[in-house]
Formats: sequence, structure tokens, C-alpha cells
Amino acid sequence: MTPTVTSTDVVLSAQGLVKRFGGITATGNVTLNLAKGARHALIGPNGAGKTTLINLLTGVLAPSEGRIVLNGEDITRIAPHQRVRRGMVRTFQINQLFNSMTPLETLALVVSQHRGLGAGWWQRLGAKPGIAERCSELLEQFHLTDVMAQRTEHLAYGKRRLLEIAIALACEPRVLLLDEPVAGVPPGQREELLQTVANLPSDVSVLLIEHDMDLVFEFATWITVLVNGTVLTEGTPDAIANDPQVKAVYLGHGEEITHG
Amino acid sequence: MNTQTTLLQASRWKPWEPVLWLLAFAAPLVLPSHALIINEIAIVALFAVSLDLVLGYTGIVSLGHAAFFGMGAYTAALFAKHIHPDPLVGMAVAVGTATVLGALCSFTVMRGTDLTRLMVTLGIGLILMELANKLDWLTGGADGLQGVMMGPVLGQFEFDLYGRTAAFYSLTVLLLCFLLARRLVHSPLGGTLKAIRDNRLRASAIGIPVTARIAVGYTVAAAMAGAAGALLAQTTGFASLDVFEFHRSADVMLILVVGGTGWLYGGVMGAIVFKLLQDMLSAITPQYWTFWLGLFLVVLVMVGRERLMRPWTWFSKGGAR
Repeated sequence: MTPTVTSTDVVLSAQGLVKRFGGITATGNVTLNLAKGARHALIGPNGAGKTTLINLLTGVLAPSEGRIVLNGEDITRIAPHQRVRRGMVRTFQINQLFNSMTPLETLALVVSQHRGLGAGWWQRLGAKPGIAERCSELLEQFHLTDVMAQRTEHLAYGKRRLLEIAIALACEPRVLLLDEPVAGVPPGQREELLQTVANLPSDVSVLLIEHDMDLVFEFATWITVLVNGTVLTEGTPDAIANDPQVKAVYLGHGEEITHG
Repeated sequence: MNTQTTLLQASRWKPWEPVLWLLAFAAPLVLPSHALIINEIAIVALFAVSLDLVLGYTGIVSLGHAAFFGMGAYTAALFAKHIHPDPLVGMAVAVGTATVLGALCSFTVMRGTDLTRLMVTLGIGLILMELANKLDWLTGGADGLQGVMMGPVLGQFEFDLYGRTAAFYSLTVLLLCFLLARRLVHSPLGGTLKAIRDNRLRASAIGIPVTARIAVGYTVAAAMAGAAGALLAQTTGFASLDVFEFHRSADVMLILVVGGTGWLYGGVMGAIVFKLLQDMLSAITPQYWTFWLGLFLVVLVMVGRERLMRPWTWFSKGGAR
């Protein structure tokens, strides 16, 4: 561990992250700090490298350069599941579910794994006290109770999307990275879902990638704008909304929108 | 609906399950002249259940599962010949060596694609067969390991020529391993294996140590394959290079295809169908039985298992379900 963290308020810090795929630089020297309890949004046009950045932070991809620090510990080289154990959990832009399981089995598994029972081979899944109760809460909270015993692959898209988010919250994250969580969620449940995220304990830090600007401005207290794999600017929602540079590349209608 | 009841329902015994096992154990008594094939079926069923843990529950394809079967067979035969004739002690030692081999080999299947895994597992099977061939001072080489005298099971039940003791012994080991496997697949650990099979990316994103769990699943399966191999060596009093042969790995995969993967009874059902079919066809047409077996497999895969078992749907319009 090297004590280079700028402030004790920063829980997750990406320092000079670079990711090259062959000759293409997907992420070019990104430095990003996520404050404790933040409601932080990451925006940018398609192909700006937002998902690549999440993949780097969570260990799905290894960075070509730079380092990642979580709660003062350098986690650049540790495996994805070890980052989860340290409290950093993500959701995926494209649903990543366990198709042959039911939502109930999925959540029971996630809760068991989170409570350190994942290697238990004698007790039946859900037999330990508290697991089933926690599953009931989560199913209720995410409107999945009516479909809890259906195979996930047969669920409607909206339900699958809700399960995607429910899995992440079942891990009780300290740092939550949300990759376009409400894309495809039925309109009535979008606000509610975002409200659920906003209502997480105030010391849980959230980084949100989202396309819907209304939602971003409603949710975030800090916004980072990513363009072509680098940070264009960052600031409060007001500052970002009035930034001429951001308007030009991102919000500007009729202007040229960068596709990378 | 109560969540806990629903969760535990998956692992509850269905009424037909004890019936099936009672029938299995009654079979050597009711059909004493068929005890030998019942013994064979039990051994192959155990081997298939073991492969299902790897293929059906963890999603790892393997064409070299005979490596562990053979390891168990040779260990049991050598142990009986040189150290002690007691079958249960021999069984424990054979399971032990197969477990160690499985743990070592599990490193080769942690990464890579299905195709690389097929190649690597196939390679390991070939390596072991050649080792058994080359180490002829120990294994008897191509002649096989002969002159293995087995002691009685529990010091009481001598292996007889008609295979009755053998059948009961194999059925008992199959049942015990099956109960263990059943427990395992319904546990949180089994759940994490299924999660890895369904979606490796998400499995690691909820904190599952993917490679460590694959190693556990693969090793447990290797241990069971070793038990199956030991049963064969002990009940026939013989071990030859045949236990490592590629056709064993391929047959057991066919059996799972016949019976269905990701369902423990798939291995058992597949073994029954496959062995009876093989027995029947080779009695009718000793030279060309593999043709009919091949035809059956092609029809099974083309038509689908579900439909093949529901003949009444064959001629109804849009009967596919």
C-alpha cells in the first residue's frame, strides 16, 4: 500500500488509467475520484469509454497503465471477486444473469455468497436462517415476487433488468457502479428504481453511467464528462449544464456529436 | 408463497426417487442371471454422474474423464495385489489418488474455451494411458494387471461368479456417491457452480472465486470417477489399458447426452438405456451393433429427447414442444 490518496473522503480513485486495445486507446489517462457517499454521474457520448472504465475499475479488464485505489488500498492487480469482497459491486449495461436459475435462487445464492456461505456444501441453499427473509425483502423491493419461481431466461425484459440491479444490491455494496441501470426498465418503475439507489445509506458511494439527462441531473450531485476516453471536465450539475464545451460535444443538438 | 419453502422444495425427494432405488436394489435378487450387467450399469452410472458434475453443473467440457476412472481402477487393482485385498480400504485409496490427480488436473481447465478444454482433457487421458502402457513392471503394460485377488466385502461377502455381491457392492457405492452429489448440487456451493456455468462474468461480479470453485467441482468429480474405476477393477479382478481408452470418455459423454445433463438422474437413466441398448443390439447383431447405436444417437439428437419419449406427439400437427 502506498499512501498517495489525496483525501480521506475519497473511497475509490482511478489514477492515470490507460487502456489500449492494440493500436486503439479506449481509455487515455483518466483520473477520477469517487467521494464517500457520492452520487456521482459519468456521462459522455457513445463510445466515450464509459463501460471500459467500469470494466477497468472492477477488474474485468487490466489497465495498460495507471492504478486504482479503493479505501487506500491499491487494487489494480487483484481479481474481480476480491474487489467485490472489498465492497465494490457493479451492474452491467447488458444483463448478465444466471439464466437457468429462478430469481429466488439467484438472490438466495448471492445473499449466501455475500454472507460467506458460498463454499458450504452440506447445508441446502436457503436453509440457513435469514437468507430466505432477505430474499423476500429484495423480491418485494424489486417487484419480482410474482415471478420468483420462474426461470430467469423466461422473464420479461423489464423484470430481468430489475433482477440485474437487485443482484448488485443483494451484495450490500459500499461502492456501487451502475452501468445504465434504467435502460429498458418500464417507465413507471424508472423513478422508483433510481429512488431506491438514491435512498441507499448516505455513506454508500454511487457512480452512475446514464444516458437520460433528466435522470442524471435529478440524481447526481457531481458529474464527470468523458469524451474519447479522456475526462473533458467535471463539476456540479449546474456547472456541467452551462459548460459550453459540454454543450458542444454532448448536449448540443444539431451540433456534431462525437461517436467513437 | 413462502420463499424458504420454495427454496427448499428443489431439493426435496420426489416420490418416484425411493421407488427407483428400491427397484435398483431389488434387481439383482429378481434377475440373478443379469447381475453382471446390473453391476456394469451401476459403475457406468456412477461414472456418468461424476461427469455430470463437471459438464452439466459446472459447464466444463471434458473428453478425458477416463483419466480419473483409470487412475481409480489401477490404484484399486494394484492395492489389492500388493498391499491388502480388502475392497473398502482399496476403494478409499483409489478415491484418494483420483482426487489428487483431479486437483492437479483442475489447473488445466480453469481458463480457456470449450475447444481448448476438449483438447487438454483429451491429452491428459492419452498421457495417462501411455504411462500405464510404459510402466509395464508396475501395471503389466498392454497385457493388463492380472492375478488380482479381492477379499470379501466387509469381511463377509465374497465376490461370486454370478456377480451378485458385485452388483450390490456397486449399487451401494453408487447410491452413497449419488446422495453426496445430490447434497452438493443443492447446496450454496453447488449454486455457485451453476452460476459459473450460466455466467462466469457475473459469477465473479458477485464475489465468487471462479477458478477456486471450478477446482473444487472438478476434484470432487474426479474422486467419483475414481470410485467408479475402482468398482470396475474390484468387481472384475482385472485392470487393463482399456480403462484409460478414449472410447470410455466418449461413451460416458454419450450417456449424458442420452440421459440429459445438469440433472443427476440423467447420468443414471442414460447409463441404463445405453448399456441395455448395447447389450440388446450386440446380442442381435454382434458385428454391426455400433451402427444401430449410432443411428439411435442421431435420431435422439435430431428429434429431441422430450419428443422421443412422447411417441403420441409424433404425428400430431405441430406436436413439437
